[in-house]
Amino acid sequence: MRKLLKPFLTIAVLFALPLTLLAKDITLLNVSYDPTRELYEEFNKAFAVYWKAKTGDNVTIKQSHGGSGKQARSVIDGLEVDVVTLALAYDIDAIHDNGNLLPADWQKRFKSNSSPYTSTIVFLVRKDNPKGIKDWNDLIKPGVAVITPNPKTSGGARWNYLAAWAYALEHKQNPQEFVKALYKNVPVLDSGARGATTTFVERGIGDVFLSWENEAFLVLNELGKDKFEIVVPSLSILAEPPVAVVDKVVDKRGTRDVATAYLNYLYTVDGQRIAAQNYYRPRDKKALDAYGKFFVKTKLVTVDKTFGGWRKAQKTHFDDGGTFDQIYGK
Amino acid sequence: MNKYNVIGGFGISMGYTLLYLSLIVIIPLSTVLLSAMSMSWGDFLATVLDRRALLSYKVTILASLTAAFVNLIIGFIMAWVLTRYEFWGKSIINAAVDLPFALPTAVAGITLTALYAESGWIGSILAKFGIKVIFTQTGIALALIFITFPFVVRTVQPALEELESELEEAAASLGASRIQTLTKVIFPIIAPSLITGFALAFARGLGEYGSVIFISGNMPFKTEITPLLIITKLEQFNYAAANALALMTLLTAFTVLFLLGVLKKFIRREQ
Repeated sequence: MRKLLKPFLTIAVLFALPLTLLAKDITLLNVSYDPTRELYEEFNKAFAVYWKAKTGDNVTIKQSHGGSGKQARSVIDGLEVDVVTLALAYDIDAIHDNGNLLPADWQKRFKSNSSPYTSTIVFLVRKDNPKGIKDWNDLIKPGVAVITPNPKTSGGARWNYLAAWAYALEHKQNPQEFVKALYKNVPVLDSGARGATTTFVERGIGDVFLSWENEAFLVLNELGKDKFEIVVPSLSILAEPPVAVVDKVVDKRGTRDVATAYLNYLYTVDGQRIAAQNYYRPRDKKALDAYGKFFVKTKLVTVDKTFGGWRKAQKTHFDDGGTFDQIYGK
Repeated sequence: MNKYNVIGGFGISMGYTLLYLSLIVIIPLSTVLLSAMSMSWGDFLATVLDRRALLSYKVTILASLTAAFVNLIIGFIMAWVLTRYEFWGKSIINAAVDLPFALPTAVAGITLTALYAESGWIGSILAKFGIKVIFTQTGIALALIFITFPFVVRTVQPALEELESELEEAAASLGASRIQTLTKVIFPIIAPSLITGFALAFARGLGEYGSVIFISGNMPFKTEITPLLIITKLEQFNYAAANALALMTLLTAFTVLFLLGVLKKFIRREQ
């Protein structure tokens, strides 16, 4: 009986092995920040279809969302993450600095600064814009209440701060005085972007809300165009949420190829279309023209050119003792 | 120790207690200390004695004390009503007391903020009198009162239940006035539980984050609580500084709990 069983088993294994090799079940974990939930739900489905067609493998992508800095910390603390798609390059830099899970030059590994889609900071105002807010200089007028989260705890708030700073630079005003005047008009510093949205939208506090463009569109769609309007200032900042493969994890799990393909797929026509339909500005001109008609063109400065990159911007403005702390100092 | 108890086993139960306490409380907390120690002494002092940090202690401690005091008084009255009187709906009130424990604190914060905002039910009335609650220290205290409400009620209630009303009747029949009965008979007996409730409420208030950040407005130097400052340090990946501030919170809580514990022993000895 034993002798009969052995060849039988060998044959069974020989047959079963290539079958399992042919159709692998792969899971990836994408750790992202709060407002990208809808974007990646749609994108993950599209990628799974594409990958199945290309390789025959089934890929399931799990998503995790939260504050960008908090997400980076979970990665540093050992959450096994194949790819990160965060709000700021600084948060991915921290993954290099504190955990050495990916190389220092991670941002060069994908096209366009590793940011497949971009966004910007716009103003959300109440219907008919009762305070007549058109541009950044309207925000420092007395009697205007500005809602923006705390740049120390919110990635989005740092874009807001830098955009205001860039406007002052452009108009030859003292940027620190300008930003200080702006924060004088801030009645509450929420700890995160969603909290600030609640303060403005639900609580009815403030005249203008400095918001990610995609978040502003979501508010408009979900809470009604009869209540709010989007105002695009004459100058804003090019917010580049970056993506990266976490080398240490993909090498351990053997998922480097699929993880890299996943992020590259964001740059394809399909990926760019999904980004545009979720109100992120696609990098690709054609996709922008085809799907992004609702984006208002405005002058956009970059962190790299105006502020010398995220590391420098973080150190000058948001680290302890930086310009933001000085605003509230004596 | 063994000879005082008919059931033995002190050695093994004490060993178990120490092991469990170490694994669940002492080891996790000591990592806070270890991480804070990775800083130089000068850096540590600069972090914990920074003006912003000092003001945040002030806000946090003041609000926690206020909340604990308010709950001490209201909690005592509430416990008194629940133990001394029978009335319709008592069991409903009794159950409602613990609800703040069940609610996610962020929900409490958002709800209170909505109520007390100038557009909210209570806030709109208060606004007519020029009283502002949200985004002030009053708001922080309010959130902490809500969060720590069950502590005093629940620690005083059993003591009052054990205190038989015959004692009060005896005092009255011996000619004590109502105030005298209260101060000479009742308070000395329930004082230790009042102190415990107060201490728990205070310590819990020190560490509260979720509900406060919504109602406080988080304005630097004005309504910034220490836990927020700790999160701020974590956002900058500055683990050591975060743990240094956490250590200060722990030390404050431990000192208060310890001192009140000593006070309780003192009161018991007096009796």
